[in-house]
Amino acid sequence: MSPTQIPSDRLLLTETVPGGAMWSQVLRRHQTLCVTDLDGGANVALLLYNRDLLIERYNMPDTLKSQHTAFLTKGHVLYSDMGRVLCSITEDSCGWHDTVCGIGDAKLTRSKYGETRYQEHRNTRLRNARDELLTELAKWGMGLRDLVPNVNLFSKVAPDEAGQLQFVSDHSRPGSCVQLRAEMNVLVVLSTCPHPLDPSKHYGRKAIELQVYRGDAPSADDLCRTSCPENERGFQNTERMFLG
Amino acid sequence: MDRISQPPIASRLEPHRASRDINVPAGEPWLGRIDKGQLFRIVDLEGNQAVDTLFFSAADPRERYSASDTIRLQGSLYLTTGSVLRSTLGNPMLSIVADTCGRHDTLGGACSSESNTVRYGHHTRHMHSCRDNFLLAAATSGMRLEKRDLTCNINFFMNVPVTPAGKLTFEDGISAGGKYVEMRAEMDVLCLISNCPQLNNPCNAYNPTPIRLLIWNA
Repeated sequence: MSPTQIPSDRLLLTETVPGGAMWSQVLRRHQTLCVTDLDGGANVALLLYNRDLLIERYNMPDTLKSQHTAFLTKGHVLYSDMGRVLCSITEDSCGWHDTVCGIGDAKLTRSKYGETRYQEHRNTRLRNARDELLTELAKWGMGLRDLVPNVNLFSKVAPDEAGQLQFVSDHSRPGSCVQLRAEMNVLVVLSTCPHPLDPSKHYGRKAIELQVYRGDAPSADDLCRTSCPENERGFQNTERMFLG
Repeated sequence: MDRISQPPIASRLEPHRASRDINVPAGEPWLGRIDKGQLFRIVDLEGNQAVDTLFFSAADPRERYSASDTIRLQGSLYLTTGSVLRSTLGNPMLSIVADTCGRHDTLGGACSSESNTVRYGHHTRHMHSCRDNFLLAAATSGMRLEKRDLTCNINFFMNVPVTPAGKLTFEDGISAGGKYVEMRAEMDVLCLISNCPQLNNPCNAYNPTPIRLLIWNA
């Protein structure tokens, strides 16, 4: 379902988040978050937590090894550290979302783009994803202990045979869209700062559109549920939280 | 040697001069402190034994090893001689100074009862796992470590290749009996190890075995 196809009676929220900003929102089970890269070249550092028990959170290794992949796209799910599915990727026009490179920090941002303090630059100062995620996490009572390797939506970094990483510029086109269906009550925390390995000397201030809409429970033949036997068991584990 | 591994770099340190010499039996945890400047060696005694390893700043364990900061700052996926193990604040925690194995994983994470049910079926629910080792060692450490502090670890001696197309698999180990990796601590750290008990994939050659830990003073 592309953004324009979301039925208006299901649409719960539409919001534009500028580049270099942070955001968080609770998705109730089976609500879907549609993230659109408005101008192309956006990056979204994404973290997911079980809203009902915040120490259950997105787990990069369990997500990758359960699905035998180093990147994420349509048909994949994002696993928690408890063998349960936080979100499913039900649509994706981008094809590769980075899972391994993490986030930039103040030191990286200063060295790549120069010093930009609030005193001189006000709200155009160049922010970094670590500071933003720590700030946003703090609003939910979390902190450094809760900062785990994240997903970078819309960014592709491919390894060569020896594991050397290469950032792929111009990977995400204007209008690229990825949809995340919550399989439990999920807290989404994100930052729209540039990817840490983006070689551009220009701090890309790339806006995204976020839409939340009411969805349905996945069917027995749901693409994400059936994409591998591991995911069928992951969905079973998740459904055990909602017995009765 | 595997063509994508780095050439082996040996250490000149002699085991009989080590200040600590510890044997960790198969499937058991170890929690200890390594001071800045000390050298820390992990020996794969019998070969193909995954050693799931976490590091915490001893001064403030909220700061801990970060797989993604380590990967982004070295620009590559695998760990070997020259790799600097980074914290969640980007600080150097330890540097790998010798490695006779050639390559170590930091994407594969630790096995847990819960992920075993996903990966291998619900019949594996009650098998021993690295995360259960981590949880119990943390709970009994007196160091206020708990589940919240457990994150994506290093798997020394484990082989998790990623292809340029993005496929990730657990392969037979590239380690062998007597191979080792040696690190210099760049800050005072706590080290939490699970000598991996996994029996459902080739990471321990289906036969978990003991490891040896050696610590030398600077």
